[in-house]
Amino acid sequence: MSSQDWAYFSNYAIYSAMALFTLAFFGHAYETAWAVRTPNAASETEGNLVTKTFDSSRTQKAMRIATAMMILGFIFLLAGVVTRGLSASRVPWGNMYEFSITGALAFTGAYLFALRKYDLRWLGVLVSISALLTLGTAITLLYVPSAPLVPALKSTWLVIHVSAAIISGGVFLLANVIAAAYLYLDNMETKGPRKVWAQRLPELEVLDQLSYRLVAFVFPLWTFSVIAGAIWAESAWGRYWGWDPKETWAFITWVAYAAYLHARVTVGWRGRRAAWLCLIAGSTFLFNYVYVNVWGTGKHTYSGL
Amino acid sequence: MSNETQLPEIGAIALVRYFWRQLTSMRTALVLLLLLALAAIPGSLIPQNAQNPMAVTDYFEEHRTLAIWFERFSLFDVYSSPWFSAIYILLFISLIGCVLPRSFEHLQASRALPPKTPKNLARMEHFQSWPANGDEMEIAKSWLKAKRFRVLESEESIAAEKGYLRETGNLFFHISLILILVGVLIGGLFGVRGSAILSQGERFVNNATSYDTISFGQITSENSLPPFTIKVDKFVAKYNTLTSAPEDYTLYVTTVAEPGATPKQQVVKVNSPLTFGSTRVYLQANGYSPIVTVQDKIGNVTFQGPVPFLPQDANLRSIGAIKVPDGDPQLGFVSSFVPTYERTSDQGAISVFPELLDPKLLFSIWQGDLGLDTGVPQSVYRIDTSNMKQIMLDSLKPGEFLKFSEGTITFEDVVPWVNLQIVSDPGKSYSLIGGIVAILGLLASLFTRRRRIWIRVSAGEVQVAGLAKNGAPGLEIEMSEFVAKLRGI
Repeated sequence: MSSQDWAYFSNYAIYSAMALFTLAFFGHAYETAWAVRTPNAASETEGNLVTKTFDSSRTQKAMRIATAMMILGFIFLLAGVVTRGLSASRVPWGNMYEFSITGALAFTGAYLFALRKYDLRWLGVLVSISALLTLGTAITLLYVPSAPLVPALKSTWLVIHVSAAIISGGVFLLANVIAAAYLYLDNMETKGPRKVWAQRLPELEVLDQLSYRLVAFVFPLWTFSVIAGAIWAESAWGRYWGWDPKETWAFITWVAYAAYLHARVTVGWRGRRAAWLCLIAGSTFLFNYVYVNVWGTGKHTYSGL
Repeated sequence: MSNETQLPEIGAIALVRYFWRQLTSMRTALVLLLLLALAAIPGSLIPQNAQNPMAVTDYFEEHRTLAIWFERFSLFDVYSSPWFSAIYILLFISLIGCVLPRSFEHLQASRALPPKTPKNLARMEHFQSWPANGDEMEIAKSWLKAKRFRVLESEESIAAEKGYLRETGNLFFHISLILILVGVLIGGLFGVRGSAILSQGERFVNNATSYDTISFGQITSENSLPPFTIKVDKFVAKYNTLTSAPEDYTLYVTTVAEPGATPKQQVVKVNSPLTFGSTRVYLQANGYSPIVTVQDKIGNVTFQGPVPFLPQDANLRSIGAIKVPDGDPQLGFVSSFVPTYERTSDQGAISVFPELLDPKLLFSIWQGDLGLDTGVPQSVYRIDTSNMKQIMLDSLKPGEFLKFSEGTITFEDVVPWVNLQIVSDPGKSYSLIGGIVAILGLLASLFTRRRRIWIRVSAGEVQVAGLAKNGAPGLEIEMSEFVAKLRGI
């Protein structure tokens, strides 16, 4: 196939992945909403209150279908990302469109990978909608035709530095989603018992630990990504650190997560405060991605916009 | 009153000790870390002198009052400002104050044996007991040793501990951050950084006068420049025919490492600089230099040579200034150059492709005083026409010439120019080592679990228990393996 054909194939694969993530979203939304049973008023009334119960057996099927759609969507997205790379004969992260589709791949990949160990299917609604929004933004606003790299990007470090950044970003965002879920549920619990639909979500403590584990797991990779970037900058721009806006924000993200880890491990922060700090650190990453790529100046202007 | 309470005198030493304790406390370090992140933000939003001095000048023109206030608070030089420096210096002092004592402690701990087995194991986590068989102590000892636990034996019990690597990694990580900072300092003190624009065919001799800009570290001088020369033989740029985006830059040079050495032909690319010892030469930017000859009315050459023009857009429409001070009156050509000429109704002459398909030099000729003797530094790409008068407008293709009232201008040819950045940073290898050690230390400290396991055999009963520090997971599995081994399951 010619490079043009690969590029077309890639676009179709991305559209298909979006359709599959939409199905996964509806599946998860359905099972989240309908897993709550309202019993026959006559038989199970306690006083005047109707006790709603949680029963996921009826929605098991929807849940399984939704997860299958997530996996299929991931496979199509993977195909889309790989063929995008083939169409330009290089790694598929040379501009912001490509970075976004690869980022969505890393994000859904991190979710599916974590699924093997933890039952995170309750997160499916959020994961599918985030992946869908990222891909939608990418294909409508950020799309640029497949093209070769500018000279500054022609380096092995592109593979090393950017892939490490993408994977770290995917995991940071997952940790963020979990920290946000923590804060939401924590807020709900202070007002009384959890609402029925939320009862199957994990204990607060589990969420707290999980977002910490994800950050602790990926922090060395982020450190590596920053240092690999510095090594690359030394060979391309003649200095390893120059306070370019993207470098500055990568540094801010690093310092913020370092503060988060210290707060947890040494000072003993847990729960609410830790979740907020995690969210702040994660938003510095997002800010770097959106603001610096689209409106920022400096040397990292490869968004193609 | 004689029995007035005597307030304890707060001596200077006590005060210093108090501040030191505050500074090296973890909470202070946490606050300083967050402050450092906050302090780094304005530098990414406000233009910086170090990165983009032109943008700072523009900012001064657009927002005069605000800019003056920004300047008062060093907001155009955030990363070298007193307040930013104060934060990271305090942070590093706090870090050293925290890491040094911990290093000594750890050094002692790493030679020490684990503490004795607690009296009452039943109160510890992961406690189990069963009737003894007799050989449990031997099995436990060999199992723990095989798993590289550190072991303290007594008559009827063993205390074992593992995972010292966690603290070792943690300390190495923090010490390596200091090493990175030392590397940055060495670079600042002993480094040299400069740049020079060279048109194709020109030669660069590495001494201070050859540079367009150069800055020396605090303890470096001109004598430290290694005596190499670089001749720009050829520069080739390839562009995408659809998008005009650059696809490849290749610079061919002939270098001489020191006077008398054999010349070497070398290739420079954006990601592969030239290296002369600790000095490296980078290809940073490029553009076009029209070669022009200017003659006066009687035919004497008053100016000749390539003039670098500054690119303005992706298709390399460039602006430049040809200044002819050796003449009476002085002459100036306010010019623009387009590599592939096209005329549009709204923008005038534009370039539609960055390669030389239809090059054209467009200019207006001015006569009068160029203002070069005023001592005020001037841009090489612009002419101050305030004391000059325009005499005509025209354009030339390569090989063409134009006669005008004060003489002749000939557009001989056009060659590319390259901007070489020449950098010597003797501190960078320290920073690199620091970076590598930081990652290794981080991995060791985040993925090592520190835990203790105890076994006691007394009165015909085996008791085991374990303790995971920092609530690290995984001890349960290890304990069940241990128990299975002991019970021969």
